Amino acid sequence: MSDDTELRHTPLDSLHRELGARMVPFAGYAMPVQYPSGILAEHQHTRAAAGLFDVSHMGQVRLTAKGGKPRQEAARALERLVPAALADLEPGRMRYSQFTNEDGGILDDLMVTAMGDHLSLVVNAGCKAGDIAHLRAHLADDLEIEVLESRALLALQGPQAVDVFSRYVPQVRELAFMQAATWTFEGERLQISRSGYTGEDGLEISVPGHCAEDLARRLLAEPEVMAIGLGARDSLRLEAGLCLYGHDIDTTTTPVEAGLTWSIQKSRRTGEGYPGAKVIAEQIADGASRKRVGIRPEGRAPVREGATVRLPGVQAVGIVTSGGFGATVGGPVAMGYVAAEHAHVGQALELDLRGRAVAAQIVALPFVAHHYHRS
Amino acid sequence: MSDRLYTKDHEWVDVDGDIATVGISEHAQEQLGDVVFVELPEVGRAVIQNENVAVVESVKAASEVYAPLTGEIVEVNEMLTDDPAQVNADPYGEGWFMRIRIDETSELDELMDEEAYKDFLADLE
Repeated sequence: MSDDTELRHTPLDSLHRELGARMVPFAGYAMPVQYPSGILAEHQHTRAAAGLFDVSHMGQVRLTAKGGKPRQEAARALERLVPAALADLEPGRMRYSQFTNEDGGILDDLMVTAMGDHLSLVVNAGCKAGDIAHLRAHLADDLEIEVLESRALLALQGPQAVDVFSRYVPQVRELAFMQAATWTFEGERLQISRSGYTGEDGLEISVPGHCAEDLARRLLAEPEVMAIGLGARDSLRLEAGLCLYGHDIDTTTTPVEAGLTWSIQKSRRTGEGYPGAKVIAEQIADGASRKRVGIRPEGRAPVREGATVRLPGVQAVGIVTSGGFGATVGGPVAMGYVAAEHAHVGQALELDLRGRAVAAQIVALPFVAHHYHRS
Repeated sequence: MSDRLYTKDHEWVDVDGDIATVGISEHAQEQLGDVVFVELPEVGRAVIQNENVAVVESVKAASEVYAPLTGEIVEVNEMLTDDPAQVNADPYGEGWFMRIRIDETSELDELMDEEAYKDFLADLE
């Protein structure tokens, strides 16, 4: 076992170890990849009941406009770095977006929540240092940029998640998908959103670090709740057709290629206002040269990231960017990029797996239908 | 204690005459996690000791399985195609991978007995 004393730890680290988690390094943190029940059981439990995830490694950032200006000013400033429309985002609502570069590539993807006088951001753990530097480099004159180092982040996902958490904060039932609010629970401020990374209904709960373990233990004591590691988190999001930064999206992929144009509101498709806006507007108008697609290999062997995608017997037309075993689907699932002219549902493909060709087909995403609670 | 023998790559071998049944150890299956697919060699294939002979796919990653002995594959466990989870549930029984007709029985001397494998595992910690 490697020495992990240089790794950072979340507030739930000792709880994970007590539960028998297998800990692995992830984005500089010691994180649970699975618990003794295993990834398949954790994945299936989340879709059937309620899974509790520790995602405290992710970056939580608060943006406030300087000079006492209202939240909309902070939003306008942030719009200079992301393609989403944020100035019109009402309090208690969230949007998904990306930090882009001059080529229209993606530096990170993030969630932005409008709260009364500020914006709350959640960014990927592996990118948070770069994201914060990016914010400071461009927006320090306009924004107070506060990194909430001492807060933990829990995700409770699955059809019973909201039922379970309503035993603690009854008002969570009133949230629709992509809505958030703050409530005080036993004297502590919780910021709760009805959102997640599994395709299921559920909540993400920002809680002060010092009471995160207590809340987690209480949730785990609920009969519906099981602890879920990063292994199942990855297989759940893949079945849900959701991108993983550094794999399905990175600095070489635009949001248009990645099928994320839906996250760019119409008012922001003018070709200006954020890095890469012109490239993105052109791709929206003319189509991108490649597209992210869902891929279903035949048989049972998983085909993983990096595998070449071909037209049967012919030339390479793309690459797999995420691949694994979908426990709900009951077979291998993958996502990748394919040249636009071949990127149609039903297109037959061949994937290179250890020197042999595996037949596959492009399928619509998601592999498993989403169960978001829309109002 | 059984007569089972083990390799440093966590394969096990049960010998009956000149036929060796091969699988992966309890330690190996536990480290891999849930097995979702096993790629077995073709019956009739000649294999050399330490050659890649099978692949075990867990949810997260693929792992190579190496031939513990030189010989010919005479049988593979077809049941693993439909039920790869047997590798986790019963690694020394129903989770067997293949049977090899051994060419060179002296190669058995290179393998670890159960006590030596237990010591080997302890040293890995």
